[in-house]
Amino acid sequence: MERPLTQYIHPGCPPFDIREYEMTGGYSALQKVLKSMTPQEVQKLVQDSGLKGRGGAGFNTGMKWSFVPMGDSAPHPKYLIANADEMEPGTFKDRLLLEGNPHQLIEGMILAAYAIQADVSYIFLRWAYKKAAQLLRKSIHEAYAAGLLGKNILGSGFSLEMHLHTGVGRYMCGEETALLNALEGKRATPRAKPPFPQISGLYGKPTIVNNVETLCNLPHIVNNGAEWFKSLGNGSADSGTKLYGVSGKVNNPGCWELPMGVTVRELIEEHAGGMKNGYQLKGFLPGGASTDFLTAEHLDVKMDFASVTAAGSRLGTGTMVVMDDATCPVGFVHNLQHFFAQESCGWCTPCREGLPWVEKLLLSLEQGSGTTEDVELLQMHTQWLGPGNTFCALAPGAMEPLQSALKYFREDFEKHVALRRCPYQ
Amino acid sequence: MSTIYIDNKQYEVKAGKNLLEACLGLGIDLPYFCWHPALGSVGACRQCAVKVFKDENDTHGRLVMSCMESIRDGLHLSVSDKTAKAFRSQVIEWLMTNHPHDCPVCDEGGSCHLQDMTVMTGHDYRRYHYKKRTYTNQYLGPFIHHEMNRCIQCYRCVRYYHEYAGGKDLNVFAAHNHVYFGRERDGILESPFSGNLVEVCPTGVFTDKTLREHYTRKWDLTTAPSVCNHCSVGCNTIAGERYGQLRCITNRYNSQVNGYFLCDRGRFGYEFVNSANRITQPLIRNRTVEAVDEAVLMDHLRALLTNHTLIGIGSPRASMESNIALMQLVGKENFYQGISDNAVFVEKRIVEVMQSGVIKTASLHDIQQSDAIVILGEDLWNTAPVMALAVRQGVMKTAAHQALQNRAIAEWHDAAVKELVQQEKGFLANCTVSSSPLDEISSSVMHKAPEDLARLGFAIAQRLNMVLPVVQLNDDMSTPAAVIAAALQKAKRPVIISGAGYYNEALIRAAFDIAAACKATAEEVHLAYVMPECNSMGLAMMQASGFENAVLRTSRVNNVTAIVLENDLYRNVPAQIADVFFNNCQHCIVLDSLHNATTQHADVLIPAASFAEADGTLVNYEGRAQRFYQVFVPANKNMQESWKWLMKMQPVQTGSAVERSYHPEEVLAMGEQLLPRLSGITAVAPPRNFRVNGQPLPRAPHRYSGRTAMLSNLTVSEPKPKQDYDSPFTFTMEGYSGMPPSPLIPFFWSPGWNSNQAVNKYQEEPGGSLKNEHAGKLLFEYKQDATPVYFKDIPEAFMVRHEKWLLLPQYEVFGSEELSAYSKGISELSPSPYAALSQLDADPLSLVNGSLITVKIFEQVYELPVRINAAIPKGVMLMPAGLAGMPVMAWNSWVQIISIRL
Repeated sequence: MERPLTQYIHPGCPPFDIREYEMTGGYSALQKVLKSMTPQEVQKLVQDSGLKGRGGAGFNTGMKWSFVPMGDSAPHPKYLIANADEMEPGTFKDRLLLEGNPHQLIEGMILAAYAIQADVSYIFLRWAYKKAAQLLRKSIHEAYAAGLLGKNILGSGFSLEMHLHTGVGRYMCGEETALLNALEGKRATPRAKPPFPQISGLYGKPTIVNNVETLCNLPHIVNNGAEWFKSLGNGSADSGTKLYGVSGKVNNPGCWELPMGVTVRELIEEHAGGMKNGYQLKGFLPGGASTDFLTAEHLDVKMDFASVTAAGSRLGTGTMVVMDDATCPVGFVHNLQHFFAQESCGWCTPCREGLPWVEKLLLSLEQGSGTTEDVELLQMHTQWLGPGNTFCALAPGAMEPLQSALKYFREDFEKHVALRRCPYQ
Repeated sequence: MSTIYIDNKQYEVKAGKNLLEACLGLGIDLPYFCWHPALGSVGACRQCAVKVFKDENDTHGRLVMSCMESIRDGLHLSVSDKTAKAFRSQVIEWLMTNHPHDCPVCDEGGSCHLQDMTVMTGHDYRRYHYKKRTYTNQYLGPFIHHEMNRCIQCYRCVRYYHEYAGGKDLNVFAAHNHVYFGRERDGILESPFSGNLVEVCPTGVFTDKTLREHYTRKWDLTTAPSVCNHCSVGCNTIAGERYGQLRCITNRYNSQVNGYFLCDRGRFGYEFVNSANRITQPLIRNRTVEAVDEAVLMDHLRALLTNHTLIGIGSPRASMESNIALMQLVGKENFYQGISDNAVFVEKRIVEVMQSGVIKTASLHDIQQSDAIVILGEDLWNTAPVMALAVRQGVMKTAAHQALQNRAIAEWHDAAVKELVQQEKGFLANCTVSSSPLDEISSSVMHKAPEDLARLGFAIAQRLNMVLPVVQLNDDMSTPAAVIAAALQKAKRPVIISGAGYYNEALIRAAFDIAAACKATAEEVHLAYVMPECNSMGLAMMQASGFENAVLRTSRVNNVTAIVLENDLYRNVPAQIADVFFNNCQHCIVLDSLHNATTQHADVLIPAASFAEADGTLVNYEGRAQRFYQVFVPANKNMQESWKWLMKMQPVQTGSAVERSYHPEEVLAMGEQLLPRLSGITAVAPPRNFRVNGQPLPRAPHRYSGRTAMLSNLTVSEPKPKQDYDSPFTFTMEGYSGMPPSPLIPFFWSPGWNSNQAVNKYQEEPGGSLKNEHAGKLLFEYKQDATPVYFKDIPEAFMVRHEKWLLLPQYEVFGSEELSAYSKGISELSPSPYAALSQLDADPLSLVNGSLITVKIFEQVYELPVRINAAIPKGVMLMPAGLAGMPVMAWNSWVQIISIRL
């Protein structure tokens, strides 16, 4: 089984420096691209490879790039941004890549920047990833020293600046347009689309924001080709490998690079070692806190974009949160809603005012003062905070675990009302 | 035009707009908060949701925010769709979760957009049972009261304050449902446009603190259309009264002049009307009982007005009617402008230039649409603040137009436009004596003495038209001159702005030459000259001599009775000159509303009505005559319009037995007879007998309360309503209840729209002109074929003198204007006297900020603290103009520093 992204990552060991990285084939993709490929060819290759964004939306990466204005009349500077603001609760896959192999990200970014002919690149890093910050700083420095960043990279005539920017710990900054505002020094509120960042992004210039994992795939696609990448998918409709994570009361929580389309059962039972003794699986959020619950009946669902969607949830970041039978679903969801309400940027009404209301409703249910009307109000919010009604995807994402909890665990909600206390306490 | 279908009805709408604008323009009620026609769309509040359908067969549709969706030909949408309605109602419910519901004690109550929108959506029953979040409020200065708990986070305040008005000290803090709008700490709001927050805020977070001191609900106010009298821009206002007291000033929308916004001097400067310093009774001085009634007064005046040479001193702050009535009474040859000869000289030139018809005058609307602006020697920010705000919009809009070229982004999409524009600015050259907040948005900034600025102007004109004489400039000026000329050459709609502020006539000529030279390349050129006071242009158009000439006359003629009209001469000429005048005159009749240094010299003092108690006409800087209407009849019958008093003196003077009353339009007609230049001024507004469906127009709204009870502590019978014979208005709520024509709008109010946002209903389209807009009467006629005659007389360059400084006025938004300075808040914000000079001049004298210097101007000596300003040119000293308690300086004279206390 190939593990292109993590083959050289050994938790506990320091990551490769530039020499070690290059000795294992690092930056060969960059050499190849700069010597023998046009930006359009790189875009085509990535589009053909079927690489989909690993940040959660699952949009074809090459396609996303294709909206960037190219050629002599294109506005400059153009920007390439690595979204490393990994703050989705339960998600820790990018951290593995950032801490495990920073040069892989840098190479991927240079490749992406070349494909869209960007002039400046940024890594927008979650503030809490202190170790990653330190490693990235060192690696960027090494890349500059090796002539892989800066003016006229490897004599190709292509130039790229790279900067590391650490955020201040707002979930909102993971939303690509809020990230752009934050990077500009403005409040981290999202922007209305259209115009899309490809047209008017950072400082009003064409910009691509890609997830860390997405970018890390690029050197391997360039080196091994589109067909190879597709073949990694193990019969799934999606190409490549994916970093999957499992957290919760399992025997072996962790993060693994596996072929796209591995089943939930395989993930939980084989890789995560099954449920801890005495606990039953009650449900799970397949792709992070802002995805719908699935339950034991979905154990054979393939973890790829289309399959998880068909099952009624989203692959999201591919990092699963498992809920066991001793955990109160109402309390579980309350914990999530507390997070989302706090992380709302305060820009649009439904999210700013709706989420705190939802949080309070759940708390009162947990504390035994909830009513049937409160459950109805929760249901109502899941309807009104849907996509399109709010300014960005934060509140719709927050509603996903709630709406599915109301669907699968409705009895638990009703028991809270009937018993006037939390039945799990 | 595009065809769209709203709830299956077909409409033709203007392309390029968004759906919200289209709906509102069609008169369809659709609630909104974060959108504002002057600010554009950002899609934050989610209140204006509608359903949009793929085609006529789509029954499902999807919710969209109408403010964020462009009009597309053939688009089907529904406002009345069930889901859309339910969502809009839900948005209100969310906004209301934390709103304190304190309407009964909220100043916004009854004119609150949030109330209106809540009722409109139908939300009524509260389902949120938890504690509300609360905030602490801030002290924001004398004008704005802050009550953050009422906030619904529409973000309009910061968007207006920051982006529209360029202020920096109001901001949005924190996140999620703790978002806070205020300052970093308590303190006075720095922007002189802060008062607009009161109207921009859809609820009661920012309210008028001055109104709070004598609070009245909108529905209990008697209001009339008025015109601001605190500078020459002539912003349209609505003035409101109750119990004989002026309560507030709000904006009166007008697409040509002020649009949606006023400056704080205009909004909060009204309190002089209620001042304890008002003249309430005719006084005949040096009698045992000085206060007299009208009959005794007239009897006394008979002797003064006959067998005496009458000299009339007009006023730049009195209405046209009053100035004309005075001219009519004393005779054209005996009428003088009550301003110094220096000012007359400059203003005469301005009138001459405008009269020539070569260049169009620039309305504020023209300035906003301009793609290159040159300000030559006028401190707009302080002398015509709302014009400065218009200049800012011109600069921003030009940048937006440039950024949007060849891009599929709509102009109304404010956030996207701002993102594209970034720091780009349209072209503005701010060439003035000292620094101003406009410098920040200027492409070219130049601070020089007025002569040098005039030379710069002539040099720019010469670069645009090589036939003109070459001006030798130093390097530091020749490069900017080339840059400015190049920008003007490219401009399609340049505007040149200058003014009378520095009493420098060469600036007027230079500005004209630039504008005339632009005509070769531009599609449309506009020119504006800022005038010192609200009716300076009107007075200047009467083309009388200045005050010094009147003084000369009085020294040659005996037996003079002078009539001084609403003019504190001690503010317009140095005291020595005014003193001579009063010594020379045998009798002096003064008409004014407030006691001042001049009224002290009156033998006969007559109480004049203020703008709020008067009908009259003001001519703004562009020669636009605009009518202001009496708001209320003062309980004190003695307070009458000056023109009424003066018209009453006519039969007294001529000995005619026929007494009759005159109406404003008759007085204006007299003006047309006296001065052909004023021809057309009678068309300023509909005649007094104007009626709609045979009905007059009410000043009080339908819901006016307490009419039968409000004076019951004095009399139990309901007093007879006051009659208005001078205008189409009544003083009550009786009359035509529909929408009056534009110059006669006493309040913006429409069913379901109680707040000022009702203005939508009065406009052709949101942010457009009023329906059948009649924006006053322009007295200067543009002559298509007029050939420009250039001025070629170029002044000498400014020479710095050894140990002497050229004294120039520094105007202050708060403090330099006479009447507003009587208002508490304005006087609180007006600075103490100072002398400002360049760092280059301060250093050799070891002066620092706050050092006290004693200066000598002619024989007068003053001690003032020093302000150092790097922008001021070497050899120039600035002192604040017109501050209360500060004597009139001999501007453009040379100052010596005779001693220094560090």
